[in-house]
Amino acid sequence: MESAGQLIQSDELTYQDFPYIIEWREDRCTRCGKCTAVCPVKAIEPTVRTQRVVRSEGSTPVPTAKRITVSVVSQSRDIERYCVGCGTCSMVCPTEAIRPVYNSHHRFLIYKNKGGNAYTRGGRRNDPSPSTVEQLKFTRISMLTDPALDAGRHEFHIRTLLGRNLPPEQLPVRVEGRKLVKDAEAFIPPVREIFPIRIGSMSVGALSPHMWEGLAMGVAYLNEVEGLPVVMCTGEGGIPPRLLKSRFARYMILQIASGYFGWDEIVHAIPEMKEDPCAIEIKYGQGAKPGDGGLLMAYKVLKLIAEIRGVPQFVDLASPPTHQTKYSIEEAVAKMIQAMSMAWGFRVPVYPKISGTRTAQAVLNNLARNPYAAALCIDGEDGGTGAAYNVSMDKMGHPVASNIRDCYLDLVKQGKQNELPLIAAGGMGKSGHLAANAAAMIMLGASAVDIGKYIMQATANCLGDEYNRCNLCNTGRCPRGITTQDPKLYRRLDPDMVAQRVVDVFRVADTELKKIFAPMGRSTELPIGMSDGLSVSNREIADRLKINYAC
Amino acid sequence: MCRLSAITAARYFSPMENILALETMKEGHDGSGLGLMLKDLGGEFEHLKGYPILSGICSHKGMDILDDYMVDKGFRVKHKWSPDIRPTPGIRKRDHYLAKAYEYPEPYRDRPMAEKEDLLMRTRLELRAIGEPDESIFVFSFYPDILTLKEVGDPLEVGEFFGLDKDPLKAKIIFAQGRQNTNYAIYLYACHPFFIQGYATMTNGENTAFVPIREFLSGRGNPGYMGYNSDSEVFTHILHYTCRTLGYPLTYYKDVITPLKNNEIEGRSDRDALKLIRKTLRPLTIDGPNCVIGFTPDGHVFMTQDAKKLRPGAVGGVKGKYALMSEECGVNRAIPKRDTSTDIYPMKYDMVIVSPNAEEVTVWNQLDN
Repeated sequence: MESAGQLIQSDELTYQDFPYIIEWREDRCTRCGKCTAVCPVKAIEPTVRTQRVVRSEGSTPVPTAKRITVSVVSQSRDIERYCVGCGTCSMVCPTEAIRPVYNSHHRFLIYKNKGGNAYTRGGRRNDPSPSTVEQLKFTRISMLTDPALDAGRHEFHIRTLLGRNLPPEQLPVRVEGRKLVKDAEAFIPPVREIFPIRIGSMSVGALSPHMWEGLAMGVAYLNEVEGLPVVMCTGEGGIPPRLLKSRFARYMILQIASGYFGWDEIVHAIPEMKEDPCAIEIKYGQGAKPGDGGLLMAYKVLKLIAEIRGVPQFVDLASPPTHQTKYSIEEAVAKMIQAMSMAWGFRVPVYPKISGTRTAQAVLNNLARNPYAAALCIDGEDGGTGAAYNVSMDKMGHPVASNIRDCYLDLVKQGKQNELPLIAAGGMGKSGHLAANAAAMIMLGASAVDIGKYIMQATANCLGDEYNRCNLCNTGRCPRGITTQDPKLYRRLDPDMVAQRVVDVFRVADTELKKIFAPMGRSTELPIGMSDGLSVSNREIADRLKINYAC
Repeated sequence: MCRLSAITAARYFSPMENILALETMKEGHDGSGLGLMLKDLGGEFEHLKGYPILSGICSHKGMDILDDYMVDKGFRVKHKWSPDIRPTPGIRKRDHYLAKAYEYPEPYRDRPMAEKEDLLMRTRLELRAIGEPDESIFVFSFYPDILTLKEVGDPLEVGEFFGLDKDPLKAKIIFAQGRQNTNYAIYLYACHPFFIQGYATMTNGENTAFVPIREFLSGRGNPGYMGYNSDSEVFTHILHYTCRTLGYPLTYYKDVITPLKNNEIEGRSDRDALKLIRKTLRPLTIDGPNCVIGFTPDGHVFMTQDAKKLRPGAVGGVKGKYALMSEECGVNRAIPKRDTSTDIYPMKYDMVIVSPNAEEVTVWNQLDN
């Protein structure tokens, strides 16, 4: 018997250790080489191996054994070249000869620390189980005692308010005769009426030019042609100057984050702006990597991005975990919100975005006391990112459902639930039910929801999922051309098709929201906080969220 | 669906008129309760206009507690009335049905009405808190010139049970609701009409936006915005909040509960104020289906509907007497001699308002302003 040492090298991994195993069919493969050429991680390679072939030929066939050399496609067992399961090989294969198969017994994370380097990736939390919001159902159906509305016939006002609403007691109105008159001089905080699903913050640098352009075109079309006031957030790093100075700027929420990238350019462009932006989002945290900063890799900092951000080309752009010039929330609120408000003459709503956290209510209550804070966006643990440590994504962060619910009920106690809108982000549409997730969050108390990963999946066929498929956003080698600055890759993406799909997504979301609200008898206003409409078949979740338990 | 029967008149009339009108709409209520609210009282209360009347139901024990409490707070009984109960099968007689007129406590006698109103509401709420756990005391209203009666049972039988067909009790504005019990247990505090500081409403239909509205009202800092055993109680509180707390004219009640669309608002002369209201009072938007009938302290009576599902309503009458009912047959029963061609069936933009003493009826349209 041979010793085990001769059979394997103990430092060598087996295919069973890898999350995806390549299934290659020799009988179908034409050896065209497309799969190995296109693999973004070089997980497969063409190679040769000897094969023993037994043939029986002739009039009196006699088996004859021969050793021949054959070309094959082989999967690497190098952990640095692990198969990410993206399936690009399958997409290019003309004979359906190759595909990655998920291996649920993998031990990938145990080994993915070679060289002392912690595993970093893009995507979101690798947890395919249904999130809390996914488990919520709509169970207050109008029946007989209360006729349901008709989603196709009745008018629906699927809009939300982004901005600080004055309390009724402080409205600057007075009675003259039998009419109310607004005081002409009174200051009214800016409030935007928008569609309650927004495209969350993704920067020009993180996304490819084609992807970002496609999103922006889709948003403009939705507003100008479809009459759906959908807005999108720029992420950190500014936007192209032409867009900034165009009338389409009003569909953009400009984000300022801890690196302040692009803001010198934005501030200098203000006098030339034709329209105010929709809002300003101050990023304090991100659900995918709470408490962590941002990093745009040097190789993504090409000419356009360097110009927009006001930095040299090809340098790493690190945004620190916190805003370095602030040491307290009071300062953050006082300085950032007021400074940003002042820059646009108090005509633009300014609000912070934080990652989901147990301390969200402390932030909330501080904002509630500041009359200029326009909203609070909470990004839950299921939020996505272009680059983060795996441990941050998988294990850090707070589920968004209870965070939003706690904050809403806190506002209810203060009677301020209509004054400070809450925006829920992170994992919306994770299982494909975008409108249902949005409606559920709204009924828990959110005024709007943000989507990021969903819009990339739906509009550009992003391959990432919660089984760690692909998730190469951080490498700049996105096989779909979504998160790359490599023209060879992003040329795969047609911005017009992305724009078309953006329009499809929001039109469908609009229809599906109506199909949810109509049987519940709501149409005139968004049913924010209509928690009696929700149920869940899990007693603990029901108790925690203060909603119905139904089974 | 409940049935609503409101009559407003220049002369005193008996609540039996409302009850008989309800009887004609009987297919719409299941006899699970009757609520009666009388404003601008005649009969033995005609000369007691300035004295607050406590209306409610008590057990023997509750009565003692109530009396002690009122004495302790400095209220002195000015006049007592209780219905002459006629035992009726199917209606459980409770120990005491009462309407007591009080003199204000000495320190309050010369205070402004607003302060007196706050005292009266506080007192009502305290009595409710004392008596609700063991159901020894139910207090429906405590306000000058308002009398409320509520009981479980068929409206006509309840009316006879209270002896209203014999009693000279009369008023100039009377609201009656025949209850169709749906999703809430039969409970006296869930019975319409609801009242707070001179404002009352009764409603039929379901309030699909109940929870967000309740939560918004509960956060306004008014201790009177409580109860909500019925999802319709919020309609009364929205009226009170709009007109008393915010001081808006009555028609803005319609603008609050069924706001116009943005493009419709542009046609209004008060568009700037209306745009602000729409945003700020957004949580008070109703989605129906509801028909709301209400009165204000100055004696205006109105009817309005939600903007989509439109629970029906009919208003008709003659100068000096108008009926606001769920159905035409109710109007016919209350005021048979009238020009039916002038009857009004309010639609989604309308608010029908009858002035005090049923002087005139106007249809205020949200778009014509």
